[in-house]
Amino acid sequence: MSDYNFAYLDEQTKRMIRRAILKGLAIPGYQVPFASREMPMPYGWGTGGVQVSAAVLTPEDTFKVIDQGADDTTNAVSIRRFFEKTADVAVTEATGEASVIQTRHRIPEQDLREDQILVYQVPIPEPLRFLEPSEVETRKMHALEEYGLMHVKLYEDISQHGAIATSYAYPVKVEGRYVMDPSPIPKFDNPKLNMAGIQLFGAGREQRIYAVPPYTDVVSLDFEDYPFEASKADHACDLCGSTDSYLDELIVDDAGGRMFMCSDTDYCCSRRKAGHIGAQGVPYAEDAA
Amino acid sequence: MQAAILEGGFGDAPIDAARAFRQIMTATAQPGTINKVAGAQPPKPLSIAAGVVLLTMCDPETPVFLTPAFDTDDVRAWITFHTSAPITTAKNAAFAVGAWDDLPLHDFSIGTSEFPDRSATLIVETAHLSTTGATLCGPGIKDMATLSLPDVAAFQNNALLFPLGLDFIFTCQSELAALPRTTKVS
Repeated sequence: MSDYNFAYLDEQTKRMIRRAILKGLAIPGYQVPFASREMPMPYGWGTGGVQVSAAVLTPEDTFKVIDQGADDTTNAVSIRRFFEKTADVAVTEATGEASVIQTRHRIPEQDLREDQILVYQVPIPEPLRFLEPSEVETRKMHALEEYGLMHVKLYEDISQHGAIATSYAYPVKVEGRYVMDPSPIPKFDNPKLNMAGIQLFGAGREQRIYAVPPYTDVVSLDFEDYPFEASKADHACDLCGSTDSYLDELIVDDAGGRMFMCSDTDYCCSRRKAGHIGAQGVPYAEDAA
Repeated sequence: MQAAILEGGFGDAPIDAARAFRQIMTATAQPGTINKVAGAQPPKPLSIAAGVVLLTMCDPETPVFLTPAFDTDDVRAWITFHTSAPITTAKNAAFAVGAWDDLPLHDFSIGTSEFPDRSATLIVETAHLSTTGATLCGPGIKDMATLSLPDVAAFQNNALLFPLGLDFIFTCQSELAALPRTTKVS
């Protein structure tokens, strides 16, 4: 055990974050201001998510961290070790075994249960920020439910590109009231925002926390004649053969060679363990040797 | 100062508060579920659950309102010693503790349209808490849930204020349930 307070943050900070989480759950999609602390990592590395995780973790939890779907990137490994050290929690890479999952820019492929909590790292929580730089104005727009500007933006996409070109951080309307930025998840993940687990969003630099309780109505904005479409690369995973998971494209040589593979490493790995093999894959045991 | 008020706080504050918050958060995220909490031994008439919520959520930044039945010297001293929360009027309160009939519902802050989070959370002490009674639906509830509520019309009116409104935590001995403003009661 370390000499840090449980889960690193002091108790008064955790209480302040916990109060923001409760109000966030009571007003789904509304961004609750909170006094974000400096964390021992730079902004942009998940300081908001880490503070939310610190406020919800208990010693009995099993913690998982994913970064763009992967459990083994620098960011994911260091955050997982951070809470292993400061909160003495068990850690896992298996989605089904985790009780708290901190994520950067993906929702796990496997459906979450009611007893699971998904904590998102959010860079820019305000969906209207790139359309209206003033916080005073965007706050007023949320208060008045004035979201016409967002529809104009999507309409301009259609008039320029013939389709809604927004492919990640695709805006959603929560429970028919607040327009929310689901963090930069691919729009493929948007339908999964309607889930059984508790979703908490933390933006450290921007000092906002928001939440979506289980079974909350989350609708991706669209038009009747241009309905929302959850798109992905039209390919199967080259490692596990999955045709319904979100794929990363990987350049493998200088000759234009490339392969597609699941962005969710745990999903891909458990499929390979179960014997599924993709076009360029090898059986799991052989690969591990 | 009586020694009694020095007792009854969390034995291991960081761990006890973390476990308690998980129960409070689950109750808020899943209205209609009843969750068990432990760790506080507050003076009467406060229930264990109300004591746990106060210890977990309150500090010098959260003014607390007590209805007359709860506004005893012991309760005041216990809250002050363990949380440093100022005791205040209903109008200025972030948290309030009382029985349903004694809480002046219209005096509490329901937030503003630009800051709907600046609203009071009421800890309602009840003699009885069970998953029978009024029907609930809304965020956090799969199809529908039921919960023993002291009233129906008041919660319907509160839900109409959305996104403004009050949030409720019902406490009974060591159990609690929550009813955020989004829940539709019938």
